Amino acid sequence: MNAHPYAFLALFGAVAVAFPLILLAVARLWFRFFQPPKPSLDKGAVYECGIAPSGDSWIQFKAHYYLYAILFLIFDVEVLFLLPFAVAFTTLPGGALVAMLVFLLLLAEGLVWAWHRGHLEWK
Amino acid sequence: MFDFFFQLHPVIQGLAKGLAVIMVIFPLAGACSLAERKVSAWMQGRPGPNRAIVPWIAWIPLLGVFLQKLGVFHLMSDGGKLLFKEEPVPGHVNKFYFILAPALAIMPAFTTVTVVPFGAYFDAAGAAIPLVLADVDIGLLAVFAVSSLGIYSLILAGWASNSKYPFLGGVRASAQLISYELAMTMSVIPVFLWINAPGQPGTMSLAKAVEFQSLPGFWGGSWFILLMPLSALIFLISLFAETNRHPFDMAESESDLVGGFHTEYGAFKWSLFFVAEYSHMIIGSGVFVLLFLGGWNPLPWVPLSTAAQLLGVAGLPLVVGVLSIVIFLAKVVAMVFFFMWVRWTVPRFRYDQIMKLGWQKLLPLSIANLLFYAIAIAVIQK
Repeated sequence: MNAHPYAFLALFGAVAVAFPLILLAVARLWFRFFQPPKPSLDKGAVYECGIAPSGDSWIQFKAHYYLYAILFLIFDVEVLFLLPFAVAFTTLPGGALVAMLVFLLLLAEGLVWAWHRGHLEWK
Repeated sequence: MFDFFFQLHPVIQGLAKGLAVIMVIFPLAGACSLAERKVSAWMQGRPGPNRAIVPWIAWIPLLGVFLQKLGVFHLMSDGGKLLFKEEPVPGHVNKFYFILAPALAIMPAFTTVTVVPFGAYFDAAGAAIPLVLADVDIGLLAVFAVSSLGIYSLILAGWASNSKYPFLGGVRASAQLISYELAMTMSVIPVFLWINAPGQPGTMSLAKAVEFQSLPGFWGGSWFILLMPLSALIFLISLFAETNRHPFDMAESESDLVGGFHTEYGAFKWSLFFVAEYSHMIIGSGVFVLLFLGGWNPLPWVPLSTAAQLLGVAGLPLVVGVLSIVIFLAKVVAMVFFFMWVRWTVPRFRYDQIMKLGWQKLLPLSIANLLFYAIAIAVIQK
C-alpha cells in the first residue's frame, strides 16, 4: 500500500458513512415504489407502551447526568496526557517519572474531591 | 495472481478493501445476532430458531435438516424482512437526525476495523508482518478516538425521536459510556508502558502489543492477561459497558425503557443499530484478544512462529497467514460467546450501581493499577 495509512483511515470513514446511507436509500426506494403506504394514526404516534401518550415528550430529567459529563471532560483531558507519557516512558529520566506521578496525584485528587463533595453518588 | 490489484489507483484499492471489510463485518454481525438467539435458547433449554429453510436446500437429505435445525436461514430471512418491510418515519420525530443517527452508529464500528490487525505472516528474514488495513502508529488511540464517536448516534437517536423512553435511554447511555471510557483508557496504559522498550520509537500499535507477547523467554512469551490481570479485568468490564451489553445495557433496558434509544425505530434503521452493536462487540473482542490474549499466538509461551515450525509450514507465508487469521478469529469468537454467556447469566445492574462501579470502583482501581505498573516497570528497567 503506497498511500498514507491515515488517508486510508479517512477514506474508510467516508465509505463507512456512505454504506449505511446507500442501504437506507435502497430501503426508502423500495418503500416508495413497491409498498403501498398504509399510514395510520397509531403508527405515527409516540410509543408509550401501547397506551395513549400523556403530556409533552420534553420531560424533565436529572441534572446529575451533566455533572458526570463535566467530570468526564476534566478527567478525559488528563487521561489524554497520560498516553504520550506511556509511549515515551522508558526513555524518560527519573525526574519525568516523578513529575508524571505528581500529575497522576492531581488526577486522583480531583477524583477524591468529587467523591468527597458527593458528586459521584447517584441520588 | 493479484498483481493487477496493486496496479490500481490507491483510492480504488482503498475502496475495494473497504467494501471487502464491510462484506465481512456485516454478515458476521448478522451471524452474531443469530448466534445470540441460538445460544440463549440452548442456555434456557429451548430449541431456538429452527424453522426457516430455502426450498432446494431442504431436498438435501441430512445436511438440509441439520442446517434448518441450526437456524442459519433465519439470518437471511431476518435480513430480507428488515430491508423490505414498510419503513414508516413517525410524524413526531426530527427527520434529519432521526435518519442520520443509525448511519452514524455504523460509522465508528466499521472504521475502527481498519486499524485492528487480524493476522500476521513471516517474511524471508523471519520478521512478523501484521495483516492490517491501515498500519498506523497510534493504533489503539485511533480505536478509542473513533469508537467513542458512537456515543453521538445514541444521543442523536434519543433526542431526535421526540419521545420519552428514547430520550431517557439516550441520556443514560451517554453518561454510562463516558464514565467507562476513562477506566478503559487508563487500564490499557500499563500495556504500552511495558511494550515501549528503550531505544525504539514509541508506538501504540496493536500489532506491536502482539509482537511483545510472542517473544522468547518466560516474561516475553506470557500473555498480558497473565502479566496484568487487573488491567485485563478492568478493560473487560469497561468493554461490556462501552458496547452497551448486558449487564450494562442501560441504553435499552427493555424492562423499564421499552427499547431505550431505539424505541421509535423500525425496519432497516433499527437493524443498523443492531449491526453496529454487534460490530462493536466483535471489534472490542478483537482489541481485547490483541492486547491481553496474545493475538494470533496459539498458546501462552507458544508463539505463532513456533507453531508454524511444529506444523512444518514456516516457509509458506500464505499458510502461516491463514493460520494466524484462523487462530485470531477463533479467539474472537470465543470472546463473543463469553459476551453472550454473561448476558444470559447475570442480571442487569441498576443505574446507580453502574455509576458507582464506574466512578468509585473501576476508576480508582485503574489509577492505582497504573501507578503500580509505572513504578514497577521503572524499577525493573533502571
